[in-house]
Amino acid sequence: MAQDLGYLKETPSQTAGPYVHIGLTPNFGGLSGVYQRDLGSAMVNDQTLGERITVTGRVIDGTGAPLKDALIEIWQADAAGLYNSPSEMRGAADPNFTGWARCPTSAEDGIFVFETIKPGRVPFKDGRLMAPHITFWIVARGINIGLHTRLYFPDEAAANAEDPLLARIEHRHRAETLVAGGQAPNYVFDIHLQGEKETVFLDI
Amino acid sequence: MSDTENRRPETGAFFQRDRNWHPPAFAPGYKTSVLRSPQKALLSLDSTISEITGPVFGHSVLGELDNDLIHNFAKAGESAIGERIIVHGRVLDERGRPVAGALLEFWQANAGGRYRHKKESYLAPLDPNFGGCGRTITDENGYYCFRTIRPGAYPWPNGVNDWRPAHIHFSIFGHGFAQRLITQMYFEGDPMIWKCPIVGTIPDRGAIEQLIAPLDWANTIPMDARAYKFDIVLRGRRSTLFENRPEGN
Repeated sequence: MAQDLGYLKETPSQTAGPYVHIGLTPNFGGLSGVYQRDLGSAMVNDQTLGERITVTGRVIDGTGAPLKDALIEIWQADAAGLYNSPSEMRGAADPNFTGWARCPTSAEDGIFVFETIKPGRVPFKDGRLMAPHITFWIVARGINIGLHTRLYFPDEAAANAEDPLLARIEHRHRAETLVAGGQAPNYVFDIHLQGEKETVFLDI
Repeated sequence: MSDTENRRPETGAFFQRDRNWHPPAFAPGYKTSVLRSPQKALLSLDSTISEITGPVFGHSVLGELDNDLIHNFAKAGESAIGERIIVHGRVLDERGRPVAGALLEFWQANAGGRYRHKKESYLAPLDPNFGGCGRTITDENGYYCFRTIRPGAYPWPNGVNDWRPAHIHFSIFGHGFAQRLITQMYFEGDPMIWKCPIVGTIPDRGAIEQLIAPLDWANTIPMDARAYKFDIVLRGRRSTLFENRPEGN
């Protein structure tokens, strides 16, 4: 017998369910009076450095219908490519930028909206720069474990061409599912959960 | 985010997720998953700095009653109706290390199984003194605690006669965005657990048991509230010094 490694197992995921708003964006879900405002509703202020952008989009199911009960969180670097996180060792991020936000998809048309800034480039493990990107995390009724993906920018063709993550996508046409549409400052990022246009999701 | 600054930062990549332990995306017994599950394989990569980092929240986001669901929506001098319970435990990583400064958010139905949500129409009544949301942040030992009423079971349109077991939804932030997790806590001894199609999305019985909080008699407060203990494990991170990180990230 060898030594016991002693590692614990990760707590298994479960769906966020249809009433995720009660816990994560109660004011949006019609439950007011507990929190002043929903956490993650604003990531920029007047002093935030960088180019202001708006990202809108939908999460679309296997029939082509938008989810009206999904919740999206995003996480990104500041304009200089630094994360506002204690694990960021390369320098101090812009104190006027949280780097994180959450937004439910609208109950009417399924659209989400993020007011943010365009992130700077950050390095891959081997030091090569990744292209500017925003990490997306999607939960909803019917999604058993949160889905990770990334938004890349359509006006960063040169950076995208040398991005180590995009380069790992074997079927080249699928890399396009991670590149937003629209143009600065209004980008559009539709996330397709399944089917022909299925977004590339990450185990990372 | 300033009250976490004296903690030694952790910067290792995360252990890979065991996706045979978690529920698969496609689990047809839970009908909504059929059209909401990716059919193509996930793209696998070791964590990059984009997942090693993550937002960390300070206590300044919390209000005084945020971890007291019995009172945080109640009129002055009143309280929610139901079985008073304390839910508490620790947030650890897979290496058994406490995760300090973790934000936990939780939500649940009231004692009758009714959620306070504009799209919910179950005939069981709302409790005028119960909202159903709360949040807290773990202390330096990874410990958390909140007070609530035990939620009721409720029916849902999946099979003809499916009911959810009593459960509390949990959302947890660790230190890296790769640790982000949403799950549900169930109660020891509830026979509904083993009938539920959402619980049944998890293939491994041991994994399901990890979501069942035992009655913690030792922490029950006499003449006040019973206690349930629910420990949460987030992904661990590698500790080896021999990582190829020329940029120092």
